[in-house]
Amino acid sequence: MNITTPITREKARSLKAGDMVYITGVIYTARDAAHKRMLENLEKGIALPVDLTDQTIYFAGPAPAKPGEPIGSVGPTTSYRMDAYSPKTIELGLTCMIGKGARNEAVIDAMKKYGAVYIGAVGGAGALLSECVKKCDVVAYDDLGSEAIHRLEVENFPGIVIIDSRGNNLYATEPQKYKK
Amino acid sequence: MREIDVSIITDKIKELCINANCVLNEDVYNAINEANKNEASPIGRNILSQLMENADLAKSKFKPICQDTGMAVIFMEIGQDVHFTGGDLTDAINEGVRRGYTEGYLRKSVVSDPLIRVNTKDNTPAVIHYDIVKGDRVHIEVAPKGFGSENMSRIYMLKPSDGVEGVKAAILDCIEKAGPNPCPPMVIGVGIGGNFELCAKLAKKALLRPIGSHSHKEHIRKMEEELLEKANMLGIGPQGLGGSTTVLGLNIETYATHIAGLPLAVNVSCHVTRHGECTV
Repeated sequence: MNITTPITREKARSLKAGDMVYITGVIYTARDAAHKRMLENLEKGIALPVDLTDQTIYFAGPAPAKPGEPIGSVGPTTSYRMDAYSPKTIELGLTCMIGKGARNEAVIDAMKKYGAVYIGAVGGAGALLSECVKKCDVVAYDDLGSEAIHRLEVENFPGIVIIDSRGNNLYATEPQKYKK
Repeated sequence: MREIDVSIITDKIKELCINANCVLNEDVYNAINEANKNEASPIGRNILSQLMENADLAKSKFKPICQDTGMAVIFMEIGQDVHFTGGDLTDAINEGVRRGYTEGYLRKSVVSDPLIRVNTKDNTPAVIHYDIVKGDRVHIEVAPKGFGSENMSRIYMLKPSDGVEGVKAAILDCIEKAGPNPCPPMVIGVGIGGNFELCAKLAKKALLRPIGSHSHKEHIRKMEEELLEKANMLGIGPQGLGGSTTVLGLNIETYATHIAGLPLAVNVSCHVTRHGECTV
């Protein structure tokens, strides 16, 4: 299924666990340090560098681009480290997260309450995924290096809906089918 | 006494850092290929195919297989008849890491202080282990290690009464709890014995052994085979989305220990388990 960003709450609610998706449009990278800074700044009354309404955050920190390429390898990082921040970013308007690995109940509850979706990209396939990135610009926190917030223009970025806005979770259901 | 200029070490480390990150070792690549033929889950097979495609692309474009090009872990086996000249050996090793990660377009993932957390911007310092051995050669092994899997690793200070069954249960529990987080299919390095810090180092060293190699100790070889089979019955599968390929290889290293203890370390690694080596 092809989906285009930005993703509305309504659109996010229509996606179901197990859907294979190809994402086209603008997505933003943010990982540990950027999330921490965004939310600490917000508490001090400093606005977010990006309006998160209907936006997608890709939990990732790219490798440097070689000359002539828009970006280096860029696969997902492990998402649970952002569990402390995601309920707040979802409340602020975020509708889609791309990462890999398990999420906690607080994140899933926020996804159900507001309408958001968690998409898995193949962890460790950073070279392959970088082929889908057509443009990359740092939009905030340049001092964080790879952990800065990057604005990516992606085409047909592949993923699978792992947790949907009803709380269906492939990590909970699929391994059981193969357990002996 | 053989003299070796440390600039030679710098050049070798630089080259090993870049190569290890861009070219997946044949043993890991072949293990993914074999697993793909036997994987029960269709999504699992699709993922394993993408991993091979990714490794092929990284090799042909000479770019990192994974964006997490890791913290550089370096094992130095130094012959006792070697005399290093031209500067400080540790500085020379870190200079090799600095050049490799900068000139090779690898990600800089190291912060100078674990609590203040400012990126050093050149991926130094490396984690360096020195061993003194006989002879006049230097053997260098470089293992860039990503932290998605490193974070899933565990140390257990078991009791002698826990025995073999306790060790097996702890290893399988560690793998099951890691679940989808460390980018399965995983490679597992296990260290049994020694003391608190040595078992962890043994577990790391176990990851340097090729997949498919086995301990020369019969009882350990059997444990490696049994645990690999049991780990692949957990159902976690590629990326944790279910399947019969959870662990590609499981290597165990052992050492003598104290009458009161049974230390166990499980170092979890991912399907991009990297290492390169050379002898000077």
